[in-house]
Amino acid sequence: MNRRRQGRRLLRRFIPVGLALPLVAFVLVTFVIPLATMVVQSVHDPEVADAFPRTLALLADWEDSALPSPDVYEAMAAELVLSRENRSIGKVATRVNRIESGTRSVFAKTARRLESADTSDMPASMIQIDRRWGDVSLWRAIVKAGQRYTARHYLQSIDLERGLDGEIQLVSEERRIYKTLYLRTVYVSFAVTVSCFLIGYPIAFAITSVSDSLAKILLVIVLVPFWTSLLVRTTSWLVLLQNQGVINDILVWIGLVDDGSRLALVHNMTGTLIAMTHVLLPFMILPLYAVMRSIPPVYMRAAASLGANPFQAFARVYFPQSLPGVSAGCLLVFILSLGYYITPALVGGAKGQLISNMIAYHIQTSLNWGLAAAISVVVLVGVFVCYFLFDRWVGIDKLKLG
Amino acid sequence: MKTNRILPTLLWAVAGFGSASLAWAEQTLTVVSFGGSYARACVEGYHKAFTEKTGIRIKLEDYNGGLAQIRAQVDSGSVHWDVVDTESAPLLTGCDEGLFEYVDDLELPPAPDGTPASEDFFDGVLTDCGVGTLIYATVIAFNPEFIEGALPTSIRDFFDLEKYPGRRGMLRAPATNLEFALMGDGVPTEKVFEELSTDEGMRRAFRKLDSIKDHVVWWETGAQPPQMLADGEVVMSTAWNGRIFNAQVQEKQPFVIIWDSHIRDTGTLAIVAGAPNLENARKFVAFATSTQAMVGVAQHISYAPVRHSGLPLVGKHAVTGVDMQPHMPTQPENSRNFLWNDVEWWSERQDELTERFNAWLSR
Amino acid sequence: MPHIGWKCLKGAFVTVVALGFGFLILPLLVIIPLSFNVEPYFTFTEGMLRFDGDAYSLRWYRSIVENPEWRAAIGNSFFIGIFAAALATVLGTLAAMGLNHPKFPFREFVSAFVISPMVTPVIIVAVGVFFFYSAIGLGQTRLGLILAHAMLGAPFVVITVSATLAGFDHTLLRAAASLGAGPITAFRRIQLPIIAPGVFTGALFAFAASFDEVVIVLFLGGVDQRTIPRQMWSGIREEISPTILAIATLLIAFAILVLLAVELLQKSGKRIHEDT
Repeated sequence: MNRRRQGRRLLRRFIPVGLALPLVAFVLVTFVIPLATMVVQSVHDPEVADAFPRTLALLADWEDSALPSPDVYEAMAAELVLSRENRSIGKVATRVNRIESGTRSVFAKTARRLESADTSDMPASMIQIDRRWGDVSLWRAIVKAGQRYTARHYLQSIDLERGLDGEIQLVSEERRIYKTLYLRTVYVSFAVTVSCFLIGYPIAFAITSVSDSLAKILLVIVLVPFWTSLLVRTTSWLVLLQNQGVINDILVWIGLVDDGSRLALVHNMTGTLIAMTHVLLPFMILPLYAVMRSIPPVYMRAAASLGANPFQAFARVYFPQSLPGVSAGCLLVFILSLGYYITPALVGGAKGQLISNMIAYHIQTSLNWGLAAAISVVVLVGVFVCYFLFDRWVGIDKLKLG
Repeated sequence: MKTNRILPTLLWAVAGFGSASLAWAEQTLTVVSFGGSYARACVEGYHKAFTEKTGIRIKLEDYNGGLAQIRAQVDSGSVHWDVVDTESAPLLTGCDEGLFEYVDDLELPPAPDGTPASEDFFDGVLTDCGVGTLIYATVIAFNPEFIEGALPTSIRDFFDLEKYPGRRGMLRAPATNLEFALMGDGVPTEKVFEELSTDEGMRRAFRKLDSIKDHVVWWETGAQPPQMLADGEVVMSTAWNGRIFNAQVQEKQPFVIIWDSHIRDTGTLAIVAGAPNLENARKFVAFATSTQAMVGVAQHISYAPVRHSGLPLVGKHAVTGVDMQPHMPTQPENSRNFLWNDVEWWSERQDELTERFNAWLSR
Repeated sequence: MPHIGWKCLKGAFVTVVALGFGFLILPLLVIIPLSFNVEPYFTFTEGMLRFDGDAYSLRWYRSIVENPEWRAAIGNSFFIGIFAAALATVLGTLAAMGLNHPKFPFREFVSAFVISPMVTPVIIVAVGVFFFYSAIGLGQTRLGLILAHAMLGAPFVVITVSATLAGFDHTLLRAAASLGAGPITAFRRIQLPIIAPGVFTGALFAFAASFDEVVIVLFLGGVDQRTIPRQMWSGIREEISPTILAIATLLIAFAILVLLAVELLQKSGKRIHEDT
């Protein structure tokens, strides 16, 4: 009897855990493991190592100043033909080409022609098929790409590379791109956060200080954009901001701008800033409103009755109490901005692109997934740092979302 | 009790939808092309006739050219595209990389008068992995409604912001822009690729692009230039001639093409390596490269056939009745000064220049 | 004198706030008339400004109905959205009920863990999802998108259900048990009515999160899984036709409906809270 009761109590203690378990497991599988896969992808690059195991083993003690010995060529030839048969040669070529540009076509071409080539003097036949087999830099690139685990993608994600002597160095100036994009992303996120705050604070304050029925209507004006699809809002800015768009039309009509010199508001940084501010504004207003609603108006009145003018009352009494809302709204907007992709891609043009657009580019177009993963990890770490700083300064438990 | 019944139903529904889409794919051929008015011209020009003749349904998809999506499919081993419409440089690269099936053994239909295909096709349009279908031009086009004073006439005007203020549209890729830049800087067409092969020539091209960079809106799909010209988003744009033609005759836009210094290239059909419907794909490519099919396309959009027998047969626009001949890029009137795209040159440098171009763009 | 200054200040404040509200809502309102434009442009024609009936038409709405791609996209969006929301709601509600139990071990940590997908930049979630889901064969499937969207939507359910449970008195359940009710009966009769509005609100949030999501669809989805936002994305980048404006107008109307539903649910939630 006693034991049964104990068992039941134990069961009851485990019921809450049991209830939460399915979601914990679900998040683990659908979210945590994918992120872990991403981290692995950023350092693990096995394609070349898998395709050319014998060649790479033979090249292990090759001094990279002279061409490798004929048996390396023979191993390479055999493995080229093999990887053509199992269709891995495209992947291999892509990877070597990333290290030594302009070598992509060497591999499949050589593999195809080797079928009918003279095999007695392999180095000569291969160099005859493509002269680049007689170039040390191609072999160096193969060795480099053959590393199964590599920090290459992380170096590249911050505009660095390993030089011939193994020293870490900046990439040549015409290829530098990522540092600019990180800085631009931080700058845009900061600018969007500030403008959301400047527009959002008065709005949230207004909603809390009007009558209930008016507040309801004003709240709807905030919530309709919040619930409306991001794509819809981005489209509408495209329509408004374009050269012959509504805003330019109005500016011309009231005579502020000459018809011939309409403002370029979209497909540049201006477009990105305006549209992102609009899209993220509700994320500033809602936490602000949630906090402001709980500030009793008697405080302001008390301050006023003690002789403070409205400015002083606001600055000394009201604003400090609204700070939790300010910090929550700013954190939310800032972090969402860091990872913004859709809006800059559609209204940003070339100059309004952020780091996330580069991630998408490497996933979808250049297919350099290792690099995309490395950049993502860098951004993710940046986001963690933001949360950490927020927690140190404000306390994450103060975060209220509406 | 209730949940017990709902869950299997859900799973069943999900699985059912999944398998339904599988069954769908078996009886179709997936053809991937550049979308918009060009894709519509192909549908009207020969897709319908092909389906009528063979009963094979064509599932048309859009892409923006390049090899990325094809590489992704072939590398991952899950190929779901059959036939792709490609530009000639990616075709060559992709063929070297093993991304395409060989079609050099394909039996192509003879000309209407019986001339064998091998003699009927223009030189160089039959390659290991692709069969040429048309000649198109990348041109400079402008919207006269937004231009004050004398209308632009040459590539130099495109780079002249003082004479023609306003934004320019350009392809968001190095190809065609580097060539236009040098031609705009006074390099004669026959020297363009020679000059681009030197470091100094390459810097010169980027410098020229630098001079208008802040005024460029970059386009990625063929449908964008006519749209941006119509909206006044740009006053001048590089564009594919057929798209501009379509806007001129179908949408009655006043656009003007500058034929001087245009860049000419061939469009090609290729089959993705490991295509799920290989036999049907081969049938389709043979059908699509017949004289009739090429003429069919040319009567919907101003891209010229690549068969000798084709060009004289091109008559009036199938919808508006406009005479197509003056709009063909191969028309002598339009061919006074132009540049043939150097496919080999681009195939070697595509990746390197794309990286450099992207870094340049982001600065 | 200070009185006038105060008035000026108030006037300035009202102007700033009015401009702010205009900034929020006008961009959406502008789209609506443009979607009835008879011309294929994104600008107001002279006829439209004169309120000429001929300048307006339903042609872009017709083109949604006639275009099989848009019809497929609408179907996909609802299919994926409904299943993702259902999954997120079941998992999220159970978890919220567990997490709100006073004796839950490591409660703060576990809460933060299940909410983390919501506060991670979606592009990064999308990259991870793309690598892992493709590797296990969920690339270019509806199931993959449903799972990913459910993961994004579940935190909303956890939050809204937790909010309704915040004031829940757990002794009620024990009282019910002592009166002989089994745990399921106790849940159904006591807990469910209280959390129901939170569950429905959470479900709506989860649905909206899926309905609006496009980055994961871009990376993971194929042509057969195109959703409305995915179709709008290519519509904006490729063929820019006012069909997009018509869809946008419909989506704005849909957003207002969702908003009304959430408001009603919150009201009924309050009522139940007051009743208990």
